[in-house]
Amino acid sequence: MTDSAVAAAASPQAAHPRLARPVSDQPELVQLLTPEGERVEHPDYAIDLSDDELRGLYRDLVLVRRVDAEATALQRQGELGIWASLLGQEAAQVGSGRAMRADDYAFPTYREHGVAWCRGVDPLNLLGLFRGVNHGGWDPNEKNFHLYTIVIGAQTLHATGYAMGVQKDGAESAVIAYFGDGATSQGDVNEAFIFASVFNAPVVFFCQNNQWAISEPIEKQTRIPLYRRAMGFGFPGIRVDGNDVLACLAVTRAALQNAREGSGPTLIEAYTYRMGAHTTSDDPTRYRLSDELESWKLKDPVERMKAYLSRNGIATQAYFDEVERESAELAAYVRKGCLEMPDPEPLSIFEHVYADRHPLLEEEREQFAAYLETFERAEGTR
Amino acid sequence: MATITLAKGINMGLRKAMENDPKVLVMGEDVGKLGGVFRVTDGLQKDFGEDRVIDTPLAESGIVGTAIGLALRGYRPVCEIQFDGFVYPAFDQIVSQLAKMRARALGKVSLPVVIRIPVGGGIGAVEHHSESNEAYFAHTAGLKVVVCSNPVDAFFMTQQAIATDDPVILYEPKRRYWEKADLDESLTLEDATPLHRARVAREGADITVAAYGPVVKTAMEAATAADEEGKSIEVIDLRTLSPLDMPTLCASVEKTGRLVVVHEAPVFLGMGAEVAARATEACFYSLEAPVMRVGGFGTPYPPSRVEEDYLPDLDRILDAVDRSLAF
Ligand SMILES: Cc1ncc(C[n+]2csc(CCOP(=O)(O)OP(=O)(O)O)c2C)c(N)n1
Ligand SMILES: [Mg+2]
Repeated sequence: MTDSAVAAAASPQAAHPRLARPVSDQPELVQLLTPEGERVEHPDYAIDLSDDELRGLYRDLVLVRRVDAEATALQRQGELGIWASLLGQEAAQVGSGRAMRADDYAFPTYREHGVAWCRGVDPLNLLGLFRGVNHGGWDPNEKNFHLYTIVIGAQTLHATGYAMGVQKDGAESAVIAYFGDGATSQGDVNEAFIFASVFNAPVVFFCQNNQWAISEPIEKQTRIPLYRRAMGFGFPGIRVDGNDVLACLAVTRAALQNAREGSGPTLIEAYTYRMGAHTTSDDPTRYRLSDELESWKLKDPVERMKAYLSRNGIATQAYFDEVERESAELAAYVRKGCLEMPDPEPLSIFEHVYADRHPLLEEEREQFAAYLETFERAEGTR
Repeated sequence: MATITLAKGINMGLRKAMENDPKVLVMGEDVGKLGGVFRVTDGLQKDFGEDRVIDTPLAESGIVGTAIGLALRGYRPVCEIQFDGFVYPAFDQIVSQLAKMRARALGKVSLPVVIRIPVGGGIGAVEHHSESNEAYFAHTAGLKVVVCSNPVDAFFMTQQAIATDDPVILYEPKRRYWEKADLDESLTLEDATPLHRARVAREGADITVAAYGPVVKTAMEAATAADEEGKSIEVIDLRTLSPLDMPTLCASVEKTGRLVVVHEAPVFLGMGAEVAARATEACFYSLEAPVMRVGGFGTPYPPSRVEEDYLPDLDRILDAVDRSLAF
């Protein structure tokens, strides 16, 4: 025995059996479409979609990916300050997004461009924040899609509170809170779980576990699969294949329906992968291996849907071509709209800070306006 | 002599402190393998191991709260908050716990915790990445608050903050991370300006401009521009906000008779208010004009495409200088 082993044997803890560590084995995940595009059944999550609906999901996936690629390109060309790409997470977002009814309400992070698409939010609205012309600026109540929240986890409490309001109103709607794997470490998210549980709020917690929080792998946040956390808070948790749009749709639909019917919250862990950098400012080669990326490429959400559609004669090449054409059009629309977005006026800084008048702020505004005028005058005399 | 950036200065300061004291830890989000989103902790985990350079779970309250526990156990944690706007989840731990524990224990415990915060705007970022929240912490008894403005100060102030037995909030002007300066490597901590001392960054005769952090450089540029118009500006880099070094400032104001205070944070209840009030009390008979303040507006930090209008720039400083001189 080494000295340290002797010391360990003599230590009081050594007399007790070691508590079993939670195992992080790979648990079952709900899947309805294999990575090869083969349709499989799940006992709890049957789904029956028309060919039109199936094609529609594919179209969503492609268009959402195209908008994302265009935004990344616009950032590279200096037209956006930064962009947070959803590459790889299209199925999780389109599946859950299409599970919502019009009266349901979504609280996104900064990466939910696919959910926004499903809610009917104009992609140009999303670009404003990343271009730096506003902090979001759209009316959340127009499409029941809240502003992007950048402070990690904060929106989960807003979603829970909103759901508590829905419940008090006796309305039959549900709320969905989006967040990442990293966010599950935040106090706010854990508090949201508790409030939702205690008040039986009609809210679905939709966690996209894309395996990374910037440079930190999921192991830095948890020792058990995330969906199992729900049990400790007193509501069901489920892991779904986040690259399978059908499974994401089926599972989220069921969870939203449960919420509407008064069965309280559900945690959905959509198991997926962040295929790109965290944002355009990030360099993932500093912290992760390309093998991992390669293995996830084989699980691509768009390709698997395409394989399913063509193999089963649900869509023909002509349809795929048509979607391709449409996506090029959408990209052109996004590009043009972005380039035409005007810079805000300097004095707009002072707008919308308060509902009521604020004399000190008005004074500051007037002083600044007068100051700006001195430059205009100087230019005029030149 | 080595030419270093401000980010490198902090990196070297951390490294020195870690070499000298095995109790010094670095902890935060992405500080390990990535070296932080600004690469300030680059290479530290490789050299000191995961035990001392810790990638924490994504929870600021957790970072500061556990740093307090580690400090109680004899460690000297240096916490990184990724961006100024993300310190608020840790607000309770900082303001109610970290700041007050020494007094509650009648001096029987020390919490030598450093909280590093990249601060301020000017990098074209989205919201919550450009805040100047120093007044919240300077307003809190029990915390020391310092701001570096250049690579050499960054190197020394980091080490001095870590050596301090009180909790220190160390602000790093993020838009100046890539500014360069020469560091004389033969200098030791004893040669450095004491942590809680302001510094005359440029001597002048007609008016004092006091600034800290990112706008010290702006003030220096304003002084150069004013020189060409025959106005001589003395620039004071305040460096320490709590405690404030009033003697250094007052000596300058007594010489020039005029004072302009510049910061990025909103003017309303900002550090400039405290400095102006104290300067007025202490140097009333030397002042030829009211103390002027140049800073952010009473609005949220604006979208990046208008941030240049929000940030105090050379022209706004010179405008205040002219108003003071014309008074
Ligand atoms: C309170 C807070 N702390 C830190 C950050 C900086 N930050 C932005 S994104 C991010 C990682 C988020 O990871 P995850 O929750 O997994 O979401 P993902 O980005 O992978 O979608 C961090 C640390 C932040 N935005 N908010
Ligand atoms: Mg993640």
